[in-house]
Amino acid sequence: MTSLDGSRPGATSLVTAATAPCPVVVVDPAGRVVELNEAALTLLPDARTEQPLPSPGWLAAVQGAPDAVPVTGTVGSRSFSAHPSLLPGGDTAWWLVEETAYRSATEELKAERERARFLTEASTALLASLNLDRCMEITARLAAEHLADAALVISPTRAGKLPAVICDHEGRITRTTIPAQAEAVPGLAEALRGFPPVPSRWIDPAAASDWLIPEGFGEVGSLVVTPLPGHGVAAGALVLLRRERQRRFNESEEAFAGLFAARAGAAMSAAWLYAEQNTITDILMRDLLPPSLRQVEGVEFAGGYRASVDTDRIGGDFYDVHPPSEDCPETLAVLGDVAGKGLEAAVITGKIRNTVQALLPMADDHARLLRLLNNALLGSGSIRFATLVLASTHREGSDVVLRVTAAGHPPALIVRRDGTVEEADTGGTLIGALPTIDSRSAEVRLAPGETCLLYTDGVTEAKGGPLGDAMFGERRLKRALAECAGMPAEAVVERIQMLADAWIGDGRHDDIAVLAITAPQGAHLGAVDGTNPGRRTP
Amino acid sequence: MTTTAASDRDEEPARHHIGSRLASARRDERAVAWADKLWSSVRAADEHSALDVVGSALAAGLDAETVLLEVIGAVQHRVGAEWAANRLSVVEEHAATAINDRVIAALSADRPTTFLGRVTVACVDKEWHALPARLLAETLRLRGWQVGYLGAQVPTAHLVSHVHRTGADTVCLSAALSTRLPMAHAAITAVQAVGTPVMVGGLAFGADGRWARQLGADAWAPEARAAADRLAAGPLPRPRAPHQAIDDLPHLSDQEFTLVTRTSRTLVRETLQGLEQRFPAMRGYDDDQRERTAEDLAHIVEFLAAALYVDDEDLFTHFLTWTGEILTARSVPARSLLPALDLLAEQLRDFPRARAIIAAARETLA
Repeated sequence: MTSLDGSRPGATSLVTAATAPCPVVVVDPAGRVVELNEAALTLLPDARTEQPLPSPGWLAAVQGAPDAVPVTGTVGSRSFSAHPSLLPGGDTAWWLVEETAYRSATEELKAERERARFLTEASTALLASLNLDRCMEITARLAAEHLADAALVISPTRAGKLPAVICDHEGRITRTTIPAQAEAVPGLAEALRGFPPVPSRWIDPAAASDWLIPEGFGEVGSLVVTPLPGHGVAAGALVLLRRERQRRFNESEEAFAGLFAARAGAAMSAAWLYAEQNTITDILMRDLLPPSLRQVEGVEFAGGYRASVDTDRIGGDFYDVHPPSEDCPETLAVLGDVAGKGLEAAVITGKIRNTVQALLPMADDHARLLRLLNNALLGSGSIRFATLVLASTHREGSDVVLRVTAAGHPPALIVRRDGTVEEADTGGTLIGALPTIDSRSAEVRLAPGETCLLYTDGVTEAKGGPLGDAMFGERRLKRALAECAGMPAEAVVERIQMLADAWIGDGRHDDIAVLAITAPQGAHLGAVDGTNPGRRTP
Repeated sequence: MTTTAASDRDEEPARHHIGSRLASARRDERAVAWADKLWSSVRAADEHSALDVVGSALAAGLDAETVLLEVIGAVQHRVGAEWAANRLSVVEEHAATAINDRVIAALSADRPTTFLGRVTVACVDKEWHALPARLLAETLRLRGWQVGYLGAQVPTAHLVSHVHRTGADTVCLSAALSTRLPMAHAAITAVQAVGTPVMVGGLAFGADGRWARQLGADAWAPEARAAADRLAAGPLPRPRAPHQAIDDLPHLSDQEFTLVTRTSRTLVRETLQGLEQRFPAMRGYDDDQRERTAEDLAHIVEFLAAALYVDDEDLFTHFLTWTGEILTARSVPARSLLPALDLLAEQLRDFPRARAIIAAARETLA
């Protein structure tokens, strides 16, 4: 037996291949096996001395290499790393250290890390959007990128046809609707109704309907159908497709697809709930939002609104313009302010606006309309009161004639062509507080280019300014309005709103509503709604 | 000192210039004559003849996009230039803008039936200058995009909610004033966090778009046509993962922006008092003149804060140079701004970045 010891005498000389605790193979420079210990013989039963090493290939391949470094590979189902020691005389001793357990743990860790990374990425992407279509697209894309060759996300919402998003094997995303023959695909009807998934091995890929397979995908090798669990109801189904038959989904992959589907389902559910809540809010708010105004019967109307909470769209101020009808020959503009702010005040404004609309046939008599409105508010048991201003308008030639009545409200301001600003001589009791009220109307005539401005005290009581401590006040409002002579109604509103806004800065403020009524300039009118340039007044 | 000779300086500067840069590569020479005609109508506040001009330009064979950007857009540019030269009052400018706005609404062209995708167009919160965004929205509509146009000063929460509701592929944000950059940054970050890319435009981001890149926008366009071309070239890249504002702007950790913004009103008050001590003539100011001066100082502090936000003294210097030009057009020497800068620098003794910004601006003005 050849000693492993070459240069140094002493205790180390006692170490031999035979005493080594692991398989050792000694190979000469020509690649022939010189010696094997018992462990090596057991591991490599085909190896013979004087012969080249027949297996394993990864070890046989590096024989004869001058500066050998450790190599790794498998022998049967076991993993080894082979560490070379150069011996005097040119032979190499390969020490084979078993790493089966270490390697499988490392691989498992790597796979686990990848899954964790994927789930984090998926959660981040899915949590970002509250849009159902977007969530379906993200789900399909992630599933096709990480779990399968192609993926379908099917939403159970509409009866008849099922909306679906497909991400194909080339990463293209298509939206489509599929025929509601969920029964045709094994496991799909169950998944859409929230039953536990049907194991992939029970599903025959050949049974997949044509509409399930993306164009150019080829034959489906393997198919998984997973429910997307939602909040209380199934949010849909996820279908994963693989092409080759040999890469069937194994149980752990199916289980992992389930984990992903749970996240996707929760995100889709949240998006669905958000959309539903928004639809409800939109429907309920529709009548509370300030209307968009336009020219009516040759009179320009423009309104501006800013709620006290900047992210709200409604509050306790309101305005409306009612075009003339059979029972009411004049246009009636209303602007008002309900005590309080926010949604609760907005609900009261809705009641007042509806009541005023019902009372339109009485609009020829403002005092009577206000009395009836007062009675209606007192009778409704609401403890809130309101101030408002009414303006009935009609054209006389190129002039606009207004009857203005303020009920407990700041009087309307009129800007003349020469920049003079006047207050309409009107006043009255606020509405909804006292059993009897009185009011006094004023008649105002606007020549072309003149404007009557209705506003709420949110404008004048706005606090701020460059030093942060002053009220905007009536003086500043009148001065600003004086500059607005001859301007179109929209420009007046924009100007006043902008000044109030700049004044407030980042400070707190009340609801603000502004309504401008302007007699148009020039001999002919502009388009009724700005989209019909051909119309002229007679 | 006074910065207040012009009575209409309560307007926020830079309403102008905007929607102004016309795509130089593809200008239609015929548009110039039509823009002159539209200018006359707008100047006369004659909405009807303005509508006629646009109708005739279309009938004469100009395509809708050219009318939009090179006739209406050019007139809007001129509105701004005339104001800066003190030949148009702020109020006349509002009126001109209102007429332009109606003209755009009347620009009914055959909208293509193609569907290229969904785009949301909005102005940054507190940004009033809506016309550039409007021009972009109409340009995109003409090219076949489905556009959600949200108008001026859109609170970021509304914008994000709109993106959730509509599932827009891209958000286009417009801002004219650089003082809106912190707001713009919040909006960009919030929209990106929803997974939607953001393209920005408008003078606020600098003539070369440098602050757009700094604030992490996914794209920047100098004007409407370039923006539409960029969207036509393919979808914007998916935005970065959600992050904090300070990740883009690490210098904010020195708190100078925060402190200057939070104490801005005190800074204005103290500077105003300082000026009154130095210039006895100012003690004779009436309340209105005093308020005008305070408003001018408030603007200066706002722009200083914006310069601190992006850590770029050019922002402040540009603003003061521009203000200097506006003052010169109103026969006030630009040097009159210097004492206010000195007083601000004195109060900001412990703020090295702020002092460097003020010093740079001072050098340019002197």
